[in-house]
Amino acid sequence: MENVEIGKDLLSKEEIIKKYKKRSQFWEVWRRLRKNKLAIIGLIIIILLAIVAIGADFIADYDTIVIKQNIKGRLQPPSSEHIFGTDEYGRDIFARLVHGTRVSLTVGLISVSIALIIGGFLGAIAGYYGNKIDNVIMRVMDIFLAVPNILLAIAIVSALGTSIINLMIAVGISSIPSYARIVRASVLSIKDQEFVEAARAIGSKDITIIISHIIPNSLAPVIVQATLGVANAILSTAAMSFIGLGIQPPAPEWGAMLSGGRTFLRDASHITIFPGIAIMITILSLNMLGDGLRDALDPKLK
Amino acid sequence: MFKYILKRFLMVIPVIIGVSFLVYFIISLTPGDPVKMMLGEEASEESIQEVRDELGLDKPIIVQYFKYISKLVRGDLGVSYRSKRPVLGEIVARFPITLKLTFWSMLVAIIIAVPLGIISATKQYTLTDSICSVAALIGAAVPNFWYGLMLIIWFSLGLGWFPSGGYEGIKSMVLPSITLGTTAAAIITRMTRSSMLEVVRQDYIRTAKAKGVNKKVVIRKHALRNALIPIVTVVGLQFGHMLGGMVLTETVFSIPGMGRLMVDSIKSKDTPMVLGCIITLATVFSLVNLCIDILYAFIDPRIKSVYK
Repeated sequence: MENVEIGKDLLSKEEIIKKYKKRSQFWEVWRRLRKNKLAIIGLIIIILLAIVAIGADFIADYDTIVIKQNIKGRLQPPSSEHIFGTDEYGRDIFARLVHGTRVSLTVGLISVSIALIIGGFLGAIAGYYGNKIDNVIMRVMDIFLAVPNILLAIAIVSALGTSIINLMIAVGISSIPSYARIVRASVLSIKDQEFVEAARAIGSKDITIIISHIIPNSLAPVIVQATLGVANAILSTAAMSFIGLGIQPPAPEWGAMLSGGRTFLRDASHITIFPGIAIMITILSLNMLGDGLRDALDPKLK
Repeated sequence: MFKYILKRFLMVIPVIIGVSFLVYFIISLTPGDPVKMMLGEEASEESIQEVRDELGLDKPIIVQYFKYISKLVRGDLGVSYRSKRPVLGEIVARFPITLKLTFWSMLVAIIIAVPLGIISATKQYTLTDSICSVAALIGAAVPNFWYGLMLIIWFSLGLGWFPSGGYEGIKSMVLPSITLGTTAAAIITRMTRSSMLEVVRQDYIRTAKAKGVNKKVVIRKHALRNALIPIVTVVGLQFGHMLGGMVLTETVFSIPGMGRLMVDSIKSKDTPMVLGCIITLATVFSLVNLCIDILYAFIDPRIKSVYK
């Protein structure tokens, strides 16, 4: 009777340990991140922006408010009716900013995903196999790195044509090398560790080792880079739209809105001011979160 | 030293060749018939075919590329579709403006960033440090095209101190240089701060302080010198960012430099010009990185000794 009790007890203890262990790394990082005020402010702002992006349609209707022109009410300064005023076509700037959040966050996330998947894959292969494969991949990456990011993105868009998908591809491709480098570096530091050797000893395939052992253990720097990467992607998107190579009007994109207000700097500067602030707040909070994550994930600071 | 420079230089050449191929390949994906762009829509089939043969446009891309590169090394970058003038001539006319602007911007960036970074690091966790860090954080998040427009609103339309655009004399360079300079300064400040912080914790700094060396001398001679490598690296990277950012700044301030040339060329689908601009800028960027590498050897003799 007693033995069974102990057995039961042990089993549940194991379960508890298992549960606890799985959670511990996440909780440990979260505990450290929580102490960093800037990072938490950044995180809260990003969550708010994400909510705004998802619920944009509830705040303002796309067809009747965001893109419908109203020439009579153009260039109105901020008022109680239009808290950020109206733009050169009489559209409510606040509503356009809200929908612009959706555009920016989507483009940011998708282009980083493109860069992360391709760059991560190349970096993992280069780091894991080393030698010739490593050399070939990394030299190609060096060539990509020799062209300033935005110029590469501009070249790609100018060749493929301006559309939201081409923009995401361009911004994504131009940041592949930074992910390849980071993943390669962390794979290099992991691939000779004992648990990888053990996996190899029991006969796991290379691809299994890479996917289930190496990648999960090299995630920390990648997460940091991806957070900062979304900020960069949003900035590049705005920049490209500003020079007319990104998202085309009448779609509400922050950089394109800014560009539209350029002609009215003297009389209606609010058209230009507010989209810039929106970009700045988004980039700032992503950077603060990214920096905080870097500190929280860095085992050296433990 | 010479051997070191030569070795670094030889390593840059394949990168430049690679870059030119990459850019050539990307640009060649542009849809539409380049010959029709050159001759206009009304050109006859025969003359189109004639030009196609002449330019070798029916040949595989790699052959076309070799033709382009063999002309390129002789200084022939082709003819602009838009102006019908040689691409090289236009680039040579516009490039000095961009270079000048980059130079002034970098000067602004370094003058602001290095002292701020040092002050921040030597007074870690004080109010000064916090203010510098927050300013740098915000500076790194500001889109520089927006910042440029804000400067125009305040200093040009409001106070009337500087022209809002164009390229006439030193006054017209002030706002663009501040625009590009301050955003770069934010990044350089952060790097200077963290690099200095790492160095001031070292034993030799404590030794120098302990033996009574003047505090300023310790910072300048012992700490800054050893913290320079990451700072120089980030300055080099910022140079590349500036060349890219030029596309925006020149658009904002209507400066007739290479960035502007490129944007106009893309809009009018002037492929040879776009290609020429990007290859030129990428080459300059690679050469700057080469200079930075060579500079390393001057800053840190240990790096030089590896190449002896």
